[in-house]
Amino acid sequence: MGMGNIGLGAAAVGEIAARPASPAVRGYWQSVGNRLRYDYVTLFFLSVIILVALAAIAAPLLAPFDPTKTSMIYRMKPIGFRDFALGTDELGRDMLSRLLWGGRVSLMMGLGPVVLATIIGGFLGVVAGFVGGRVNMAIMRTMDVFYAFPSVLLAVAISGTLGGGLANGMLALTLVFIPSICRVAESATTQVRGLDFVEAARASGASTLSIILTHVLGNVLAPVFIYASSLISVSVLLASGLSFLGLGVTPPTPDWGLMLSTLRTGIYVQPLVCALPGVCIFVTSLSFNLVSDGLRQAMDVKS
Amino acid sequence: MTAVAAASRPKLDVAPTVDPRDRGGERQPMLIARSLKKYFPIRGGLLTGKGKEVQVKAVDDVSFAVLKGETLGVVGESGCGKSTLARLLMHLIPKDSGELIFDGEPVGQAQGLSLRDLRRNMQMVFQDSYSSLNPRLPVQESIAYGARAHGTSRGDAKQLARNLLDKVGLEPDQFGARYPHQLSGGQKQRVNIARALALSPRMLILDEAVSALDKSVEAHVLNLLGYLKRHFNLTYLFISHDLSVVRYISDRVLVMYLGQVVEIGPVEEIYANPLHPYAKALLDSRLAMDPRERIEESPIAGDPPNPINPPSGCRFRTRCPFAESICEAKAPALGSAALDEHLVACHMAVPKSGHTKAGTLALH
Repeated sequence: MGMGNIGLGAAAVGEIAARPASPAVRGYWQSVGNRLRYDYVTLFFLSVIILVALAAIAAPLLAPFDPTKTSMIYRMKPIGFRDFALGTDELGRDMLSRLLWGGRVSLMMGLGPVVLATIIGGFLGVVAGFVGGRVNMAIMRTMDVFYAFPSVLLAVAISGTLGGGLANGMLALTLVFIPSICRVAESATTQVRGLDFVEAARASGASTLSIILTHVLGNVLAPVFIYASSLISVSVLLASGLSFLGLGVTPPTPDWGLMLSTLRTGIYVQPLVCALPGVCIFVTSLSFNLVSDGLRQAMDVKS
Repeated sequence: MTAVAAASRPKLDVAPTVDPRDRGGERQPMLIARSLKKYFPIRGGLLTGKGKEVQVKAVDDVSFAVLKGETLGVVGESGCGKSTLARLLMHLIPKDSGELIFDGEPVGQAQGLSLRDLRRNMQMVFQDSYSSLNPRLPVQESIAYGARAHGTSRGDAKQLARNLLDKVGLEPDQFGARYPHQLSGGQKQRVNIARALALSPRMLILDEAVSALDKSVEAHVLNLLGYLKRHFNLTYLFISHDLSVVRYISDRVLVMYLGQVVEIGPVEEIYANPLHPYAKALLDSRLAMDPRERIEESPIAGDPPNPINPPSGCRFRTRCPFAESICEAKAPALGSAALDEHLVACHMAVPKSGHTKAGTLALH
């Protein structure tokens, strides 16, 4: 298939030859990874998240005490008291053990609802955006109804109606996050659907499912993923808020929000110990927020 | 088809070759469009103008034929329905009425060609080379996608894509794995052309395919299109607002005004002797190469009328210097006895039409 003998013109070939040597061709995710590698802030906070996650996963191994074992004698002890590295709470339970175990619940409450909402909301949004018309109208107006409530209020209302507990709290948060993720997915899909490459794919006779999987999802996933990652910190906070109000996890299960709630009575006795769950919440949600920011920067750029 | 029509058949730059895909024979036009109509409804808002539905007559009763192996240029002002016509032909938007016959077979009817088969035979290159490629796919995969959708295996489709990249003048090893943002505008348009060729179509619709490119790259791509046409035995429908490019590439040309065909015929005949007042004005609006021949006044005044409420009778009469009462009363017909003649939709071209200058436009 030589080019020389077909009268295509030297100019056409010249255009190619004149270009500088091709840059190393990288995939999209490879280039995202490459940009992240030099983003030290994001890397630092990513390692914080990994550390917290590892600590939570390894809680049964790391925790020196049973997190629910109470003690009448050692109540509200300061940091570093005897074997209690981080002191004890108002019922004499070891704070370090409780924080480690509590991290499990808090991280689960942070990630679980966001993952679920991304799957459900993303699906609804892509369907609404791609099908358009009445389907779009029906889905998006339903979402608007949920969207009209402040998220905290909605979460409280749902888990208040369903009752407390981990599962109900997660369900409530999932419902809170679905509308906003659905909106992001819908607007991204609507935008992509109108582009010529989707038209071209239709013109090639491909099935709708194939077009969505190949051409739509690839372009919708990034904005949805970025937005969802920013919701993790919100979810951690909301979950803590629910527990604080007694709507999330029920005692004696350790959870950062719940611990903050029950320890607030001891704030004048051991302020440092009482602040520990809050510090955990703060650090975790800050880390998720900054990592999400870094991801957005790394994923947004096209070149 | 009359003998006169056959004599005026445009001279093609290729000797007709026998294509195994040919069904209707050499004389059967590749594509016949009959009375194509597309009206876009404009619905009033929820609060205003409800129930009063108006329509934009984007393509209104358009009939023409594209002969085998030719390039039919389509020209007209912005908003005259050129792109809607392209999308109608590709069935990207449903037509309101009309008929499409591809190589003798009606499209979308029980006895004829299925939509899927039509798309295998007819492909389109879009104007915007940027938005017509998926930014998340390596160009090689964009090209292979159509073939994959029609059941070609992954390996074969990849090989096909690499061959096509080579055909459009892009080194497969160097460019195949690149993403669209790593290519220049001209290179992207070459990829788009390769993608359109992936299903080995017999006809390409080029919707302003070179308009967005700068002049030197445009020339390269035009040359490439010429080569591909000979190599793959293609037929082109070339839509453009650039009259010089259309003259360069086309065998015949179709002039559209406000959703209708006003004149169609061999390119040199129309460029040398445009009959319809609009075609004349459109061609006069080109910049002359010789500065001394440049005109001071524009040959045509005003904007096209609103397609929502087009003028009665002849749609051009509001801007036509020769408009008379007959033009308001009756729409001139293009006449379509033979599909490859020089035809014009103007009362002045028809003897005894009621226009004072009836019969003064010389048709053959």
